[in-house]
Amino acid sequence: MYHSLREAIADAEGRGISLATAALDIESRDQGRPVAEIREALRRALHVMRGAVEQGLTGDRRSNSGLVGGDAAKLRTGPAGPLAGTVFREVLMRAIAVQEVNAAMGIIVAAPTAGGAGVLPGVLLGLAAKHDLSEDAMVDALATAGLIGAVVAQRASLSGAEGGCQAETGAAAGMAAGAATQLLGGTPAQVGHAVALAQQGTLGLVCDPLGGLVELPCVFRNATGAAIALAAVEMAMAGITFAIPADEVIDTMGEIGREMDVRYRETAGGGLAATPTGRRLAKERLTQIKRA
Amino acid sequence: MVSLLDIIGPVMVGPSSSHTAGACRLGLIARDLVAGTPERALIELHGSFARTGEGHGTDKAIVGGLLGFRPDDERLRDALQIMEREGLDFRFEKTTLGDEPAVHPNTVRITVHRAHRHHVMLGASLGAGRIRVSEIDGYPVEVDGSHHTIVMVAEDIKGSIARIAGLLSEADLNIATLRLSRKHRGGDAFMVIEVDERPTDAVGAALKALPWVRWTHRIEKVGG
Repeated sequence: MYHSLREAIADAEGRGISLATAALDIESRDQGRPVAEIREALRRALHVMRGAVEQGLTGDRRSNSGLVGGDAAKLRTGPAGPLAGTVFREVLMRAIAVQEVNAAMGIIVAAPTAGGAGVLPGVLLGLAAKHDLSEDAMVDALATAGLIGAVVAQRASLSGAEGGCQAETGAAAGMAAGAATQLLGGTPAQVGHAVALAQQGTLGLVCDPLGGLVELPCVFRNATGAAIALAAVEMAMAGITFAIPADEVIDTMGEIGREMDVRYRETAGGGLAATPTGRRLAKERLTQIKRA
Repeated sequence: MVSLLDIIGPVMVGPSSSHTAGACRLGLIARDLVAGTPERALIELHGSFARTGEGHGTDKAIVGGLLGFRPDDERLRDALQIMEREGLDFRFEKTTLGDEPAVHPNTVRITVHRAHRHHVMLGASLGAGRIRVSEIDGYPVEVDGSHHTIVMVAEDIKGSIARIAGLLSEADLNIATLRLSRKHRGGDAFMVIEVDERPTDAVGAALKALPWVRWTHRIEKVGG
């Protein structure tokens, strides 16, 4: 797989193809599998994402600990805010829906991880709720998201335990922003700017889940991650460019992750997990899980 | 090598790719060592697995793997009840297996018993569902479950590798990697062979029939 987005963008522009096609070609060569087979696997992933969104929007299943659940449904049916009726609200409710299903041990697609699994389906399926997008275009969007995530995996990290939440929902925001920009007709260069614009907005984000559970604030970090991705798409599609290339923003994320204190890397030793309320809730809920 | 499908995937039961999907894969590999559901198992959790495992369903995921459920099988949620119903004797213990970085924070030691067989493996969940088994029965190995894998213990005799490679080639199996380790010169050799295609039962039987092979197992591909 490409080691940099610069390389991938140059290749796609040089050959007059999309980033999705460029990524699928390389994946096919790397893995010795036909492109059609890889597309089929991505189509299955898309199907699972749709199922998780549907379940999360209608269900009221709570997580193992009872800390999260039922909030996606509030966005679906609850009172209107300034974003009522917009694609933005569609995106937020879907991002939360998937992450609620995840917290309740439902079936999701790790993209790139389970903890950040709401951002990409939130953005892509939220867009699809308001735009007419073909199945093939959605599969292409997943391929481009995979390419972006693969670059992040090689240059930085995709693990909250290694790099904080910037490596999970932050990376997911970059993936979703790039994928959605392509989906709406953006050029490979615009995809690059969308990734940079999304990831610059999540730099330094810590991983501080209450009790170490993938629940709180994870469910809402997925919603805000999706919001940042959507803002990046809007800016990139408007022609805004970000002066620091995406690869260098990703490298910066890796550097910050390596310097991040262990308390902020999924250990529940700092951040929201270490607040008086965070500690109290975690203690109560963990006791409840043990009893169940 | 990073694959697109590692990034957009796996399809899994939540909530954590490392604590749930990876843990399930480790259970599946331990199951393969005794070629079926163990009757007894001791599951020793280390580090983050021990600290936050219950909340992430790590216990359910490992038990589910031992029962043969894959990471996307919704029965993982009920694995502990199924274990009790089947009358299986699986016990959990929290332990410390060493310090970082020598021992990964998400490490588990699983001892499995079935009929006359029993084996011990040490494995870690590395994140995003990726795993690494680092020890089987005291032999250092490196199994990541991304291939079909044959593990075997054989007497350390000359020509053994050529014979095994020939046998696999006759069975139309392409070797991806082959690693050999031994505890001391002339002691038993431990082989880990990753192959591109799934070895049939006949291949396993042919390997077992070699007089100098002590035991051999097929470990199914669990990811990648």
